[in-house]
Amino acid sequence: MTLQIDNVTKKFGNFTAVKDLSMTVKQGSMFGFLGANGAGKTTTFRMILGLLDATEGSITWNGKPITYANSTHIGYLPEERGLYPKMKVEDQLIYLGQLRGMKKHDAKIASNEWLERFEVPHYSSKKVEELSKGNQQKIQVIASLIHKPSLIILDEPFSGLDPVNVEILKKAILDVQTEGATIVFSSHRMDHVEELCEQLIILDHGQSLLTGSLREVKRSFGHQNVRMKADFDLSFLQETTGVTSYKQTIEGGVFQIGEEKVAHELLRNALTKGDIRYFAIEEPSLQDIFIEKVGKEHA
Amino acid sequence: MRDFWTIFNQSFWTKAKTKSFVITTLIVVAGIFLMSNLSSIISKVQDIGVFDGGADSSTIYVVDHSGSLLEPLQQQLDASESDLTLKSSTHSIEELKAQVSEEEIKSFLELSVNETQTIHATYTSENASEFENPMAIRDALQNLQTNLKATSLDLSSEKVAQLFAPIEFNQKAVSDSSKSEEELSQARGLVYVLIFVIYFAVFYYSNMIAMEVATEKSSRVMEIIISSVSPVKHMFAKIAGVGTLGLLQIALFGVVGFVALKTSSSDLTSGVFSFFGFSNVSISTMVFAVIFFLLGYFLYATLAALLGSLVSRTEDVQQLLLPMTFLIIIASFIAFSGLGNPEAGYVQIASYIPFFTPLVMFLRVGMLELPIWEPILGVAILLVTIFVLGWFGSRVYRGGVLMYGASQSLKDIKKAIQLGKK
Repeated sequence: MTLQIDNVTKKFGNFTAVKDLSMTVKQGSMFGFLGANGAGKTTTFRMILGLLDATEGSITWNGKPITYANSTHIGYLPEERGLYPKMKVEDQLIYLGQLRGMKKHDAKIASNEWLERFEVPHYSSKKVEELSKGNQQKIQVIASLIHKPSLIILDEPFSGLDPVNVEILKKAILDVQTEGATIVFSSHRMDHVEELCEQLIILDHGQSLLTGSLREVKRSFGHQNVRMKADFDLSFLQETTGVTSYKQTIEGGVFQIGEEKVAHELLRNALTKGDIRYFAIEEPSLQDIFIEKVGKEHA
Repeated sequence: MRDFWTIFNQSFWTKAKTKSFVITTLIVVAGIFLMSNLSSIISKVQDIGVFDGGADSSTIYVVDHSGSLLEPLQQQLDASESDLTLKSSTHSIEELKAQVSEEEIKSFLELSVNETQTIHATYTSENASEFENPMAIRDALQNLQTNLKATSLDLSSEKVAQLFAPIEFNQKAVSDSSKSEEELSQARGLVYVLIFVIYFAVFYYSNMIAMEVATEKSSRVMEIIISSVSPVKHMFAKIAGVGTLGLLQIALFGVVGFVALKTSSSDLTSGVFSFFGFSNVSISTMVFAVIFFLLGYFLYATLAALLGSLVSRTEDVQQLLLPMTFLIIIASFIAFSGLGNPEAGYVQIASYIPFFTPLVMFLRVGMLELPIWEPILGVAILLVTIFVLGWFGSRVYRGGVLMYGASQSLKDIKKAIQLGKK
């Protein structure tokens, strides 16, 4: 039960939306899709779902392409949220559940369970248009999970939710993952990806810039940060060999370094000037990596 | 197949339960009852005299200069079952005119006879648009004069009857396909009504389909649906759902109309209804009406779904539907103009053009004794067209539902096919 994407290219006329994309999502894993707006995330998702066909390459789930024959095992939350505005929440969830192969009775039970889980059971008989945007989104998330899919694709699941609901949703996603589901999701929020995903890919202009497990990605980035706090100006240290960049902060500075031994060098040099109140070697954040990688492409 | 029925049910019930649909249905039902009882309502209203402004229109004041016409005229009117009452007036003509213009009385009649027994009559009312009463009086006076003259010529009443014996006039047509004149005028009314029903239903329900599709697209729920179910299945389930709803709605109107006519005091075989040929409803005409409604609906609904899938906002639907609307209107023009001359060449040709077939071929089937292969050929062409359009439509639909942005032109069809192609 792996999602396998092999050398996939998608062209719309002369425009190449996705170029030679390859990746593997193992069963039961959580896979993060990162990319700036227009990087090709939604197009890739649509190809995985079989809504669009790849110009070249192949996408298989469990060895077979995803078609309407196995669509009942797929859950999908599109980036553009939408439900029937005039339909009652419960009816809507039952209808969408039925379309994913559920029996009406089971869909009704499941929809009540999920509404309970998202702490909104009282919305059951309300029309969708009466709900706030965030609550509509919860309903839509439920619609994508209600039929216990084995592959779940979530396009920006956290956008538009308040911190409390983000936590509820994270927990729900982790729960379905423990139950064995494979989850692919995209986000602009690096911290969410960092927190949830074992594996990730960074897309830019339809091409993969980086892919692998979180640890691999960080290691292959080849940079670490040294954060220091001192009562004197640290800017003289940026001349140290091995320092690739320096950013001054209010209490000190952050140095980007290539190798760990440069950190020792920095500490030694700093101590010659005075006392150091804080010293730490930090892993690069995904945010740094993303900005570095994607930002460079745009520059 | 289960998905098909899920969507079918959903599009049927959500539409059937909407307030606007229920209200529209109720209004039409009420309208049918009103129409079928119209003649009795009108006569009731006339009895009460609401529109007569107080003056009694069934009483006519008469100034009879001859002094001998009033009595026989009243008898003549009674014999022809007229409810007019004549009253001799002692007022002068000038006074009566003044009374008419002040609406104290409705009308008055001035009568005289000259030496050759020719009757001179002047009917005065406020305006010359009055029609029924002067006609009745004229006819009665004509009979009266015939009698007067016959008497002066010493003709017996048998001789008078011989003199006015009606001729026998029959109309026969040589063409095999034409119905007799009597059948034709009977068929015309029914066909007229059914053409109107088909035209209206095809137009209304196709629009409904386009709106449904556009609403699902603009609310963005479409993407979830087509990730579960193939767009083609979705499209046809929706068309079938709304089509069934339409068929049931029209059947309801039909039943209501039937009940209303049965229970109303109006007589089916007389007056307006005999003109419409309801006394002699042909089963084959009704069967063809249902067939052509269904085919016409499927044709236009598929086209409407295709066009509806191209817009991103429901506001743009009407604009894109315009070409389709024109097609239906042209078809109805041809059909209605063909009522007078169903054998015209252009009607014959149009009946084989798929977009016109549902209305025009139905007209020909209803009005003429066509050899059976003609409607069957028309239906076959229509079926092939529906099939091709369905195939083409589902390709456009597949891409169209994923397409967002300012799309208001038919050029987007090409874009949609590109987006949706394998």
